Amino acid sequence: MLIAASLAALVLLAVVGVVAGGREITHRLVHAGCAVASIALLIGGLTHLGAGPGGSPAIVLPLGLPWMAAHFRLDNLSALFMVVVDLAAAAASIYGIGYCRHLPQVRRVTPFFPLFLFGMNAVLLADDAFMFLVSWEFMSLASWLMVLSDHKSAENRHAAVIYLVMAAFGTFCLLTSFGLMAGAGGAYTFAAMRQAELAAVPAFLVVLMAVLGAGSKAGLVPLHVWLPLAHPAAPSHVSALMSGVMTKVALYGLIRILFDLHGEVPWEWGAALMVIGGVSAVLGVLYALFQDDLKRLLAYSTVENVGVAVIGLGLGIAFKDAGEPALAALALVGGLYHIVNHSIFKTLLFLAAGAVISATGERRLSGLGGLLNRMPWTGTAALIGAAAISALPPLNGFVSEWLILQALFKGPGLPHWAMKFGVPVVGAMLALAGALAATCFVRAYGIVFLGRPRSLAAAQADLHPTPASMRWTMAVLALLCILLGALPVTVTDALSAVVQPMTGMHFAVSADLGWPWLSPVSSTRGSYSGTMLVMVGTALFAIAVVLAHGLGTRRVRRADAWDCGHREDIPETQYTGQSFSQPLRRVFGGSVFLARETVEMPEPGERSPARLSVRMIDPVWVGLYDPIVRAINFIADRVNRMQFLTVRGYLLMMFSTLVFMLLVVAWRQQP
Amino acid sequence: MGAGQISYDVAHLIGATVLMAGLQLLYQRRLFAVINTFAFQALALAAAAGWQAHVQDAPHLYVTAGIALVFKAMIVPFALHWLIEKLGIHRSVETAMSIGWTMMAGVALVALSILLVLPVTANAAALTRESLALAMSVVLIGLLMMITRRNAVTQVVGFMALENGLILAAVSAKGMPLVVEISVAFSVLVAMTLFGIFFFRIRERFDTLDINDVETYRGDRQ
Repeated sequence: MLIAASLAALVLLAVVGVVAGGREITHRLVHAGCAVASIALLIGGLTHLGAGPGGSPAIVLPLGLPWMAAHFRLDNLSALFMVVVDLAAAAASIYGIGYCRHLPQVRRVTPFFPLFLFGMNAVLLADDAFMFLVSWEFMSLASWLMVLSDHKSAENRHAAVIYLVMAAFGTFCLLTSFGLMAGAGGAYTFAAMRQAELAAVPAFLVVLMAVLGAGSKAGLVPLHVWLPLAHPAAPSHVSALMSGVMTKVALYGLIRILFDLHGEVPWEWGAALMVIGGVSAVLGVLYALFQDDLKRLLAYSTVENVGVAVIGLGLGIAFKDAGEPALAALALVGGLYHIVNHSIFKTLLFLAAGAVISATGERRLSGLGGLLNRMPWTGTAALIGAAAISALPPLNGFVSEWLILQALFKGPGLPHWAMKFGVPVVGAMLALAGALAATCFVRAYGIVFLGRPRSLAAAQADLHPTPASMRWTMAVLALLCILLGALPVTVTDALSAVVQPMTGMHFAVSADLGWPWLSPVSSTRGSYSGTMLVMVGTALFAIAVVLAHGLGTRRVRRADAWDCGHREDIPETQYTGQSFSQPLRRVFGGSVFLARETVEMPEPGERSPARLSVRMIDPVWVGLYDPIVRAINFIADRVNRMQFLTVRGYLLMMFSTLVFMLLVVAWRQQP
Repeated sequence: MGAGQISYDVAHLIGATVLMAGLQLLYQRRLFAVINTFAFQALALAAAAGWQAHVQDAPHLYVTAGIALVFKAMIVPFALHWLIEKLGIHRSVETAMSIGWTMMAGVALVALSILLVLPVTANAAALTRESLALAMSVVLIGLLMMITRRNAVTQVVGFMALENGLILAAVSAKGMPLVVEISVAFSVLVAMTLFGIFFFRIRERFDTLDINDVETYRGDRQ
C-alpha cells in the first residue's frame, strides 16, 4: 500500500514537473516530494526485509498488454535492492533541493527525475517480463533525457547517442532472453518462467543474452564504453544515481535471471562471469587512474566496483553448481554486500564531486586543489567515502571485498581444474584492482582537497558555500559508510536471508564465533570484526590523545613548515594528477593503453617551456567498436547502392526473392 | 473430370497453348511479333475462359472471355501497334540476357511451378491442379520477360502477360466471383493508359524508349 502510493506519487510529481517546469519552486517541490516518496519506499523495503523470508503475494493489475495483466511482487531480493535504490534516491533527492537550482539545465531534469526513480523501483517490483522491460526502458529513457539536459555541449550529445545505442542493444538482449524463457507458449510471468524447462541451446542463449543485456547496463567490460561518457554528462545528483544505483538495478536483473528464473546455470558461466568481473575491475580502475575529469574518474571507478560484485556472483554460480551451497552463499553475500556498499559510497563521492563543481565550476583535477580548508564538510565526507571505496578497514568497503576474497580462497576446492587454477588468478586481479583503487583515490582526494589551489576558482571556493541540504546528505551517507563497516554482522545476517532462496541453504557468516565476529570459513581460518576494530581503535586513539596532551610539553614552538624543497609559493610546483599517476602509466599504460609519451624540448636559447604530451588509446574502442562501426559503414555503403537501381534491377530483386521463396516451399514439400 | 474426358483434355490443351504463347514471347526479336504473340495469348486465354464457362456451366465466365477477347486480344495490341508507329520506335527487341538462356530460365520456371503446385493441391480436382500449375508458369514467365527485356514496350507486354496468367488461374478455379476479373481487366487498362502517357513523356524528353538511356538522366547517377 505504502509502496503503491509512493510510486503513484512519483508519477504525479513527474506530471507536476512537466506542467510547472521552469520555476525554482517547482524544482524544490519535486525534489522534496521525491525524497518523501523514496523514504517511504525505503521504509517499505526495510519492513519487508525485517519481516523475514518469503515474498508478498503477487499483485495483478489490469495494465499493459490486453491479454496479459501486469504482475507485481515484492520478495526479499527485490526488497534488498529497493533499499539500495531508495536510500541513494532519498539522498540524491534531498541533495537536489539545494543543488544548482538556478541553472537552466537542472530545470530540464525536474520532470524526469521522479520518472527515473519510478522506473528503477518498478523494475524491482515487476513480476512479469513485460512490466520488467517497460520499466527498464522507463529507467533508460528518463536517464537518457537527463544526460541530454545540458545538450548544448557536443560532448554530451555524443555521450547521449552512444548511451542510446547501448541501451537499445541491452534491452534487445534482455528481450531475447525473456522471450526464450517464455517459450513458444508466451508465458511471460516470472512464476511460469521458474517452472519452465529449457533445452540446452535456449538455456545457453538465455544466460548469454542476460549477461549481455544486464552487463551493458551495469557497465561490464567491454560493454562499458557508454558509462564513463553518459554518467558524468548528467547533473551530479543524477550521475550519483546512475552510477551508484542504476548499475545495481542492472545487476538485480542479472541475479533475478541467473539465480531465480533460470535457476541452474552451469559453472562455466560462473567462470566466465568471474573473468569478466576481474577484467572489468582491473581495466576500470586503470582507466580511472589516468582520468583528469573528476566525474569521469568516478564513473570509471563504477566499472571497477561492478566488476568486483560480479566476481562474487560468478563465484556463487560456480559453487552452487559444484554442490557447495554454503560457499555459494558466502560469495553471494560478499557480492551483495559490495553492491550495497558501492551504492552508498559512490553516491557520496558523486555528491561531493557535485558540491565541488558547484562551488568552483571546475571538473578537471588540474584546476582544483586545497579545497579541504575551504569546504570542510564536503572534504571530510569525501575523505570517508574515498577511504571506504579504497577498502580501508573499518569502513564498509573493506568488509565486502574481504568476504569475496575469503570465498575466493576456497576456490581451489572446486572440482574443475580450470577453476582450481583460474580462481587464484581472479583473486590476484581483485587484489590488484584493490591496490590500484586505493592509489586512484589517494590521487583524486589529494589533488582535489589537499595542497594548494591550482586555479582562481578553486581558491575562491569558499565564496559559494554549500547549501545545508547538500552538506547534511553527504554527512549522513558518510556516517552510513562507517556504520555498515562497524556493524558487519547485522548486514550479513540480513543478506543471508536474501541469499537463502537462491542457494537453498541458510548460511550465517557469523556462525562460528558469534556476534560481532565474521568468521565465514571457520573460526581459525579468518575472522574479522569491524565492531571490535572501531571500539579498540577509538579507545587507542583516546589513550593516545590523553597521553599526548597529558605528558607532552605545553611549550609552543613556532617555525617554518617544511616546504618540500619548493622555495617559492607557486601552485604549479605541486604534484599534478598526471604526474602522480605517471609511474603507473609507465607500468600499465604501454601495454594496456599503448601509451606514448613525447617530449618537445625547445631549441637552445629559446625561452619557451618544454612540453610533455601523452597519447593513450582505448583498447576496447580500437579492438571492438571501431571494427563494428567500420563494418556497419561498409554494409550501409553497399546497401545504399540499392537506392539507385534500374526499374529492371528492382524487378529482378523481387523476382529472385519470389523464386527463392518458391524454391524453399518446393524443397520443404518433398516427402 | 480427369484425363481422357473431352472437357479435361480441351481445357488442358488451351491452358498449355497460353503457356506456349508465354514461352514464345520470350524469343521474339521484333516488337510487332511480340505484340502479335501477346494477342495470340490473349485469344487463347479467351478460349480458355469460354471453355471453362461451358464446362462449369458458369455464364459469368463468358463475360471474362469477352473482356479478354475485346480488350486484350484486340484493343491493346492495336493500341500498341498504333503507339509504335506514331512514335517511330525502333522495332527490334533489345535483350538483357541471351535468348537461349532466357528460354532455359523459362523452362526451369515451368518445372518449378509444377513441382510447387502439384504437391500443394493434392486434394483438389485434377483440372484445377493442372491449370494452376500452367497459370503460375505464365505469371513467372511474364515476370521473367519484364526483367530480361530492355525496351519499355516489351516490359508493358510482359506485365500484361503476367495478368493473363492471373486470369487463367482465376477462371480455372471454380466459384471465383466476376468482380476479380473485371478489376484485373481494368487494372490492365489503367496500366495501359498509364504506360501510354509514360511513353509520350519519355519520348518528349529523351527521344528514346530504351530504359537504360532514361536512367542516365536521373540526377543521382553520373
